[in-house]
Amino acid sequence: MNILYFALIREHIGKSSETIDLPSGINTVGGVIDYLEGQGDNYQIAFAQPDLIRAAVNDEYVGLDHAVSDADELAFFPPMTGG
Amino acid sequence: MKISVQSDDFDISEEIKQLTDGRTDIGAVASFVGLVRDIHGVKKINKLTLEHFPAMAKKELNKIANQAMDRWQVEDLTIIHRYGEMLPGDQIVLVITTSHHREAAFTAAQFIMDWLKTDAPFWKKEETEDGTHWVAAKTDDDEKKERWK
Repeated sequence: MNILYFALIREHIGKSSETIDLPSGINTVGGVIDYLEGQGDNYQIAFAQPDLIRAAVNDEYVGLDHAVSDADELAFFPPMTGG
Repeated sequence: MKISVQSDDFDISEEIKQLTDGRTDIGAVASFVGLVRDIHGVKKINKLTLEHFPAMAKKELNKIANQAMDRWQVEDLTIIHRYGEMLPGDQIVLVITTSHHREAAFTAAQFIMDWLKTDAPFWKKEETEDGTHWVAAKTDDDEKKERWK
């Protein structure tokens, strides 16, 4: 699965994108976060405040309970501050 | 309808001209320009960087624009949102709405700005005298969006 990171989350994790093999049994956005948090301190810091995490699957905003599969592109970012 | 996500600056009079040229049915043009401020609270801002999600930015602005066109009698509109590095005084965002009468133009422009603040995937990073930091989202921006529901 391809994952994109933006803004503060990108800086905490230290990369703007990566491809992971989705472990079996992980099938929601929230599940991916739980998995990533086990991959290092940088991920734990990036995802430490759940209310400051927004997600999109295939360029559509979704909630953390949204289903994902290996073929999806997932993006994580903080609340938007444009305008 | 023109939606643009670009690093280049824009010229408001040129954009208005594009919406009104050759038309005599438009009685109202409302516009909003967002600029980079040099002060945030007590801190002086030297530079602002706008990061965006390229695959989603234009698409989300399109959705907001279509909602505005559906809800009010807007003849046409333009939204330009810039990304990249900007200095105080620089233009960040432009919204122009045209209509037969002023009310639809004013209201639709305000609606677009309120939605854009929370739904368009852009993030501001400020460089101040104390270092750089990401701007936190404001809860009152969420409330401003909610009032349109």
